[in-house]
Amino acid sequence: MLRVVLAEDSVLLRAGLVELLTRGGHEVIAAVGDAEALACAVDDDCPDLVVTDVRMPPDYDDQGLKAALDLRTRHPGLAVLVLSQYVATAYATQLLSGGTGTGGLGYLLKDRVGEVSQFLTDLRRIAAGETVVDPEVVRVLLARQTADHPLRRLTPREREVLALMAEGLNNQTIAHRLSVTEAAVVKHASNIFAKLDLDPTDGNRRVLAVLAHLRNDSTPY
Amino acid sequence: MEPRIAVWDAVKSRPLRFLISCWPWRCWAYLLSGTVLGALTLLVLYALIAFGVVLSVVGVGLLILAVAAVFGIPVAAMERRRLRLVEPTPVPDPHRTLPRTGPWYWLRSRLRERATWRELGYTAVFCLVFTATGIGFAALLAFSCLLLAAPVIVAAVAPDTVMLIPGEPVSGPVAALPAAAVGLLGLVVCAYAGGLLAGLQARTAWFLLAARDEDLSSRVMELTRSRARLADAFEAERRRIERDLHDGAQQQLVALTMTLGLAEMELQGSDSGAAELVRRARAEARQALGQLRDLVRGIHPQVLTDHGLAAAVEEIASRSPVPVTVDIDLPHRLPAPVETMAYFAVTEALTNAAKHGGATHIGIVGSLKDGRLTLLITDDGQGGADPTAGTGLQGLADRVAILKGRLVLSSPVGGPTQLRVEVPCSV
Repeated sequence: MLRVVLAEDSVLLRAGLVELLTRGGHEVIAAVGDAEALACAVDDDCPDLVVTDVRMPPDYDDQGLKAALDLRTRHPGLAVLVLSQYVATAYATQLLSGGTGTGGLGYLLKDRVGEVSQFLTDLRRIAAGETVVDPEVVRVLLARQTADHPLRRLTPREREVLALMAEGLNNQTIAHRLSVTEAAVVKHASNIFAKLDLDPTDGNRRVLAVLAHLRNDSTPY
Repeated sequence: MEPRIAVWDAVKSRPLRFLISCWPWRCWAYLLSGTVLGALTLLVLYALIAFGVVLSVVGVGLLILAVAAVFGIPVAAMERRRLRLVEPTPVPDPHRTLPRTGPWYWLRSRLRERATWRELGYTAVFCLVFTATGIGFAALLAFSCLLLAAPVIVAAVAPDTVMLIPGEPVSGPVAALPAAAVGLLGLVVCAYAGGLLAGLQARTAWFLLAARDEDLSSRVMELTRSRARLADAFEAERRRIERDLHDGAQQQLVALTMTLGLAEMELQGSDSGAAELVRRARAEARQALGQLRDLVRGIHPQVLTDHGLAAAVEEIASRSPVPVTVDIDLPHRLPAPVETMAYFAVTEALTNAAKHGGATHIGIVGSLKDGRLTLLITDDGQGGADPTAGTGLQGLADRVAILKGRLVLSSPVGGPTQLRVEVPCSV
């Protein structure tokens, strides 16, 4: 059971998310409607996980996202899931590269809450310290191939593996999804790392390295 | 833009024909009416100034003097109409249209306009110089008429004697004929002199009463400002629609998919067909949500507001069916109208390249130099883009024009097509 603080300005959606989380067996200790209230609730109650919308009152820009980054810096172990209305790689980049927290991190499209069981699984993974990036965002990042991009050197199978890796899945899950052996996934992964000149460390760092590379961002974090 | 003086042209082109045309009559009507009106104007202006100066000690006089200062406006309006007697080209009104009404506002705005003071100057010239010359001219005209009519007058007053020249009585109508000849000559002189005078007055009127470039340029500025206001209002409306869709319909659809998801979870394991129906409903709701999201993005992308032009262009480039290379390097955020315009320039170019150009690669380069944003969008399609064919490029050109920028399209048949947008970014 996770102790969750929820920030969402739409009353309808907030109520729905509270119900979904409660039914999923979690405890919603605060459900708020703006970034300031979110910060207060987290400082007061020390939750396991924060779920927040990107866009928040009063200005309706990316204040939810900024608040999440602040909170991660202030509470290093805090896991954060950011829900977005858009497939915006700029938001994902901002989230994944900002803040100094060590807790789990998630960037998902709002549509994903409709796939309830998958959504609840993602929540647990984030709370456990993993990084979960929306498959749609990964797809957009992968689709951005220029002529001289090293992605071109990958085989279609390797790209599939890379996409799943960027979503934050571990080798075992990837093997399960693609119906291959885990050894095959490991082999694909090392090929990918070699072709993309990546440092094959495990877990979060692996996802972040992949994403950093997909963004054509040479500075590692 | 002073026109050629019509009456002088008439004299110059056909000097003899001029005499029997309607021109002398028109000139005379113009000059004589001017003399009468000029005298009346002088009277009113004199009264205004006299009362104003005398009463200025009690304050009311200052108001009267202010009225005297704008007195040129009605006089000028009358003169612009009266000038039509001899000048077919109408004189443009130099005053700008005022956005508000009210006597104080009107008085203040008009006193600030140079045209008002030029018109006052004209009024002074009109009631002093024009009236004086008008009286002299009227006298000459009247005397000529009198001489021309001498035989008739002599016949009419006979047997009394008439002395055209003091001390020398005219014996009869026939003896008055030389005088009539002098009168006729006088009328001819009057015709040409009238043409000259009327032309001079028309020239003066054009010089002092017509709108000048400075008046016109302020009017053009006003026009540009109102266009910019219109564009801003349009942009605000787009954002409002975007926000309404985002905060209303989109959130409700998300809530709907979520409820359906929960229902699906509840139904898991039951073997009724309901689970399948709910699954289908959820898929449909998700599809609707996707469509709505695309629509909202087309109206105004949130990422443009939050992250600026480069990020927003990256986003649309990543969704383009044609591979796009983006190289936008800006030192800072640009003014919002420029960002929005540039964003729509890119969307328009990408749509065109994919839809009509048959391009296989598109390059977008953006930079800021000397306070000007330069955006260069090149595709390797078949070219031959016609800016007049669709509304897209026209609309884009309008947007660029509002921001005082320029849009250059080069699209030879066979390609490549290059769209270049330059906009000043001074805030």
